[in-house]
Amino acid sequence: MAIVAKSSRFSKFGRPVLAWGVGLMFFFPIFWMMLTSFKTDADAVKPEHLIWFTPTFENYLNMTENYDYWRFARNSVITAVLATAFTLCVGIPCAYAMAFNPSRSTKDVLMWMLSTKMLPAAAVLYPMTFITKSAGLFDTHFLIILVLSLINLPIVVWMLFTYFKEIPKDIIEAGQMDGVNTWGEIKEILIPLAWGGIASTALLCFIFCWNEAYWTVRLTTTDAATLSKLIEGNRAPEGLFFGRLSAVSAAAVGPIVILGWFCQKQLVQGLTFGAVK
Amino acid sequence: MGRIQLKSVTKSFGDVQVIPPLDLTIEDGEFAVFVGPSGCGKSTLLRMIAGLEDLTSGEIEIDGTIATHVPPAQRGLAMVFQSYALYPHMTVRKNIGFPLRMAKMAQAEINQRVETAATSLNLMDYLDRKPADLSGGQRQRVAIGRAIVREPAAFLFDEPLSNLDAALRVGMRLEIGELHERLQTTMIYVTHDQVEAMTMANKIVVLRAGVIEQVGSPLDLYHRPQNEFVAGFIGSPKMNFVTGPEAEKHGAATIGIRPEHTEVSMSEGMWKGRVGVAEHLGSDTFIHVHDTGVAELVTVRVSGDIAVKHGDTIYLTPQVDQIHKFDTQGLRL
Repeated sequence: MAIVAKSSRFSKFGRPVLAWGVGLMFFFPIFWMMLTSFKTDADAVKPEHLIWFTPTFENYLNMTENYDYWRFARNSVITAVLATAFTLCVGIPCAYAMAFNPSRSTKDVLMWMLSTKMLPAAAVLYPMTFITKSAGLFDTHFLIILVLSLINLPIVVWMLFTYFKEIPKDIIEAGQMDGVNTWGEIKEILIPLAWGGIASTALLCFIFCWNEAYWTVRLTTTDAATLSKLIEGNRAPEGLFFGRLSAVSAAAVGPIVILGWFCQKQLVQGLTFGAVK
Repeated sequence: MGRIQLKSVTKSFGDVQVIPPLDLTIEDGEFAVFVGPSGCGKSTLLRMIAGLEDLTSGEIEIDGTIATHVPPAQRGLAMVFQSYALYPHMTVRKNIGFPLRMAKMAQAEINQRVETAATSLNLMDYLDRKPADLSGGQRQRVAIGRAIVREPAAFLFDEPLSNLDAALRVGMRLEIGELHERLQTTMIYVTHDQVEAMTMANKIVVLRAGVIEQVGSPLDLYHRPQNEFVAGFIGSPKMNFVTGPEAEKHGAATIGIRPEHTEVSMSEGMWKGRVGVAEHLGSDTFIHVHDTGVAELVTVRVSGDIAVKHGDTIYLTPQVDQIHKFDTQGLRL
């Protein structure tokens, strides 16, 4: 009799249970935040109203009327979209060059780019604050777009590099023989072929930009302040106003959660760095 | 016109010199085949002609103009890759028309040229398909179509038939041969398969470790191999080499006898041996003979209907006028 692999009891029952368990664990904070956002600040801290309470829209109405939610949302959209676009404009040619015309130091450059992510942001907080203030860039869209782009550039280049590496070099060379210049190679061959990878990279970059809080909170006051700043502004030192804070947070992460939900497939592909085709 | 001249061309990867100084001229309209074992530098040489690989030193002339530093697209050469290298996101029509579109040709002219090429390659029914929906042979024809439409000065083929199955390979070999007859354009073809080289070439360039071992017509190489390497590489089955006293009788360090130049008898002959494996191909039979005392294994080629089996005693007599003689350095005497 031929010997065939049998699926273990774990893969039949244990794995789904584990998967659901982990899934629920990750979802719970969002669920709890949504739940709390419909409680009054008073209800939010009362144990007897943990699950049973009278839902209210007060926090949401309050947010749009008193805190100018839409201005923060608009700033978030502007900075995240433009930073993603700028990052791709720089990242695509960069990853293209490294994937198809590597030099001896390409691997080192890639490692070096990644190493910049190892620097704690706090280490450069003071220089960044002083430089941007004296350059008159503090609290401008331009600054936030620049900062978000630079923060995400290493990871974007890495991801694009991995995707581009999967394109056979022959196809690029066939393009060269067929009379395509460098820009043509990128436009006519590379982008159409790596479209899926570029889309998931862009999506991830957008999410990172949207959620970035360290710099957007510290380098803005009002004009370029994003939703992160709005959340920060509602954080009371005494730990009160949980309802209000939850509503602001829910309104801030809502758009990105919905976007992520619709693009699940690309996101999974992006997070596995092209390992899953 | 497509006369290609290589002058003292060298190529090194890091400290490793893969091609020592090399000179070669390929005349206009010639079908030149670079052949040699894997790693001999034949593909590197082709890619240097194409411009996909830089030269370490030396010069490449195409039609009398120095093209050493001209980018691939402006050399007027077209290349067919082993992997076909079609653009997977484009239809067959777009693939074939791509070089013309890049040359900013008018759309009407592109269409007309694409259709002419597609007709000659039997691709008219597939013009709106993507490469993924084509068979290997069809993909290769699209790759050839993409090369033809440009009317290049020369075609470069990099092992184009390696990914095809045996039957298709024979068919495509003929098609490429006919294409050359029809267009009379210079073609440079790289292969490790000496049968492809023998059947298609006007001029064969045998390479080993980046060095040209011999240049000549297929029959030149077959009848007058310059050294043992070429003698062993060209011809199938391989030439038998004999050293020792048997070779000394002919005043050589080594003698070579092709399997088809040996007489076979069951009763008498020069060398007595024992039949190992007999491969019956129908038209021919290849007999591998052991224990001859002159070489470990001697292969002979006889007509198809000989009745021999494993273990039979057999006598071999080489045709004296067909013996190739080599000195201690392996060079032809």
